[in-house]
Amino acid sequence: MSFPILSLMLAIPAVAAIACLFLSASAARWTALAATLVDLALGVVLWTSFDVGGAQWQFVEYAPVFGRFAWALGIDGYALLLIALSVFLMPICIGASWQAIEKRVPEYMAAFLLTEVLMIGTFAAQDLFLFYIFFEAGLIPMFLIIGIWGGVNRIYASYKFFLYTLLGSLLMFIAMLYMSITAGTTSIPVLLNYDFPPQVQTWLWLAFFASFAVKMPMWPVHTWLPDAHVQAPTAGSVILAGVLLKLGGYGFLRFSLPMFPEASASLVWLVFGLSAVAVIYTSLVALVQSDMKKLIAYSSVAHMAIVTIGLFAFNAQGIEGAMMVMLGHGLVSGALFLCVGVIYDRLHTREISRYGGLAINMPRYAILFLLFTMASIGLPGTSNFVGELLSLMGTYKVSTTIALLCTTGIILGAAYMLYLYRRVVWGEITSEEVRAMPDLSGRELWLLVPIAAAVLWMGVYPESFLAPMRKDTQILLARIERATPAGDSRPTKGTGIVPVAHAETPATGHEAPGSAH
Amino acid sequence: MDYAANLAMTLPELVLALGAIALMLVAAWGGPAATRAVSWTAVVVLAGACIALTGPASSGGSAFYGMYRADAFAAFAKVLIYAAAAVSIIMAPDFFKRTAGDNLRPEYPVLILLSACGMGIMVSASDLLMLYVGLELQSLAAYVLASFMRQDTRSAEAGLKYFVLGALASGILLYGISLVYGFTGSTLFDEVAGAYAAAPLTGNGKAIGLLFGLVFVFAGLAFKMSAVPFHMWTPDVYEGAPTPVTGFFASAPKVAAMALGVRVAVEAMGPAHDQWRQIVIFAALASILLGAVAAIGQQNIKRLLAYSSINNVGFALIGLAAGTPEGVASVMTYMAIYIVMTLGSFLVVLQMRDEDGQPVETIASLAGLSRSRPGLAAALAMFMFSLAGIPPLFGFYAKFAVFYAAVEAGLFPLAVVGIAMSVIGAYYYLRIVKTMYFDEPAAPYGRGDAVEGGLIAVAAVIISPLGYLLIPALTAWTLAAANSLF
Repeated sequence: MSFPILSLMLAIPAVAAIACLFLSASAARWTALAATLVDLALGVVLWTSFDVGGAQWQFVEYAPVFGRFAWALGIDGYALLLIALSVFLMPICIGASWQAIEKRVPEYMAAFLLTEVLMIGTFAAQDLFLFYIFFEAGLIPMFLIIGIWGGVNRIYASYKFFLYTLLGSLLMFIAMLYMSITAGTTSIPVLLNYDFPPQVQTWLWLAFFASFAVKMPMWPVHTWLPDAHVQAPTAGSVILAGVLLKLGGYGFLRFSLPMFPEASASLVWLVFGLSAVAVIYTSLVALVQSDMKKLIAYSSVAHMAIVTIGLFAFNAQGIEGAMMVMLGHGLVSGALFLCVGVIYDRLHTREISRYGGLAINMPRYAILFLLFTMASIGLPGTSNFVGELLSLMGTYKVSTTIALLCTTGIILGAAYMLYLYRRVVWGEITSEEVRAMPDLSGRELWLLVPIAAAVLWMGVYPESFLAPMRKDTQILLARIERATPAGDSRPTKGTGIVPVAHAETPATGHEAPGSAH
Repeated sequence: MDYAANLAMTLPELVLALGAIALMLVAAWGGPAATRAVSWTAVVVLAGACIALTGPASSGGSAFYGMYRADAFAAFAKVLIYAAAAVSIIMAPDFFKRTAGDNLRPEYPVLILLSACGMGIMVSASDLLMLYVGLELQSLAAYVLASFMRQDTRSAEAGLKYFVLGALASGILLYGISLVYGFTGSTLFDEVAGAYAAAPLTGNGKAIGLLFGLVFVFAGLAFKMSAVPFHMWTPDVYEGAPTPVTGFFASAPKVAAMALGVRVAVEAMGPAHDQWRQIVIFAALASILLGAVAAIGQQNIKRLLAYSSINNVGFALIGLAAGTPEGVASVMTYMAIYIVMTLGSFLVVLQMRDEDGQPVETIASLAGLSRSRPGLAAALAMFMFSLAGIPPLFGFYAKFAVFYAAVEAGLFPLAVVGIAMSVIGAYYYLRIVKTMYFDEPAAPYGRGDAVEGGLIAVAAVIISPLGYLLIPALTAWTLAAANSLF
């Protein structure tokens, strides 16, 4: 058995979380930063030593210490990328809370480190119930983060977040029990190739859907998200939008599609319908928001709908595109929340109308904010363009109508993001408070510049991110091929340099005598 | 079989009964001054009873002409009962030291010993009358314990209420037993089971009599478990009784009543499985729902924990509804984890006292506890999340076990409805966490006792994720216990 790097990545933040509780505020900050940076370094090691195109499951660990289920870890390309996203965002979250959080710092840092453990665990778990434990346990630290360090209406938001997601997950839990009893195993790799009868699949799929749709979040169960985002502290919003929302997409990818292909195919209409409504409806809602965080929260719902249509397109473009949107959105929405946090820390308001003209006194901020705004719109050269294009292309093969409806989301996205940017950054400075705001500090640059670099990297050379998951997509497609729904776009293969008329005439001419016989 | 072998199988009860009688004499002569010595000796007696379980008492089979079972199931339940009883004795002195005018008297540990002896008989009984004798021994000791604070009117009220309603329940149970005896001709579990298997349970007059007997027996048992709709006494008694006694009521007698219910259901009425399953499913869902909904409005932490115990009994009954060996094992797993969470919670409640050492019981007084007493708050938050069944705490595994059994037995609607209702329960557990962590601090509590602090820490470690390492041992043990019934 090889070196248990995944267990180590879980152990370091876990130990640091406990240590933080016994430390002073500044020691806790440094401990948390050190632990998350070590995890980031381990994440880099993980990525560089990941054998692209090699075995499907790598870094596998297995210890049957829990009787009915096991400590089974292991990652494929999808999990690798999402773990990389998590460990990349964590030090940034700690840095974003460096000065913004003043009360109960040790507990705050412990809660964040615990969240990191649970996120990595969720992506790395190879056992059904181990996955569930990590998935569900993430509610506890997030509940505390929103409830203790949140805004004015934090208690309502924390309850809503907790109870909404709990109700969805519990139905999934019953489905998992059924699956483990029927299949006689709790191992995810084994279950990935287990065929449940189609009518059973539908029920199981719906139970999983209840959980992942809430987590994602899909319309109409998205209402917890704007509340949670608005009330959470900046770093809480970053991690919520950046990683926790991806748990839903990861769940669809890991469970719903490969384990219940027939049910997925027969319920594509549901996913597509809800997603199309989400894209248009939440984009319109975002357009009228006066609170910056709420606007970005609604835009997250719209972007996540692009993820779900891509996943359920049943083709390589759609699935890889959905993964790229997830990664890109994780970076971009996280960065946008940081941008909001930067000016919130100065003026202590999220009201858009209180700002204006920031380009004059905060030029560096204006540039970075512009980059992330453009990335959110999906401008070519940024991360989201790659994902959204692929995802919509994949969808087009299955349903032209849905692709059309969802593409309007891109236009609406441009509308609300540019409108936001115009109101906050362009124009004249109207108040003295805004004029007094200093530009980005060195610490804030350190938070935003790495994300900006990653966003551009993903936009310019997406191959680095597509390569690790290519083989997994092929395996997934081979698995779900038998259920692939017929598309309505009927794409015809290109005929190369031969003119269409010349190519077809002999064929018909040849056929005619054949039918005469 | 000779008497020596019979007595060897009942050794734990003998140890407890003789120990209790001897300590009662010490108490009579020693007076209040002997309290401390009697308490610790009682704990030693309970440990002795545990050791006595290792012999024929856990594997001997049937004693006293089939009236008493010494099997792994009884042994498992007894270990839980004795442990809970010992903790209840240990956590008493510090509480009574502070109550005005009511000192701890040496009768307290003696009564707990007698109650534990009665519970031992309950879980080992394989005869309806034996069952009744054990139940009454346990209950009579408990009535006195509930009113142990003689100066306190609430305590007296609790004792009286418990006594009157308990007597009613005993009457119902006895009526059921008499019907069963009348229609089967025996009180021995094996023969009762034979009669239920032989008679068709639909149609003729005899069948109606058998069914009536079954319903009344289960109604009486539901009262002892405080399952809905026979739960009415629980909040009042839990609120009025002294806190260590409430902790005792919420742990040991629950295990005993649940184990007794399981044994009656499986051994005596196993052939009438479809009949009692309806009752159990109704009681389970009603308990989960009422335990969750009624707890939402509570202001008193002890009343809240009373409803929490009703809620948890509902979940444990889901395992019984499965009716399989795995189901029975899951009930025992549930109860084992449940008593750790419950005793831990009550130990924290014991720490709730103002500067003068007077106990406070309002939930509002917990406000901001995370800042004045972070360790205590973290422990209570863990117990609350665990009771709500949120992973990674060990309470999740308790729910995992019962729902696993229910799904395995094909009871999908029960599992889905039961788990969905647990969200309602999560709401009020979250309210405690919210009060401790999100609210502004109230007046801080006075310092507590080191022994109790240690016990809280032990309970917290068991229900922390480290507890998952206990699963293989717990599974093997509970399955062995359950298989001894089938």
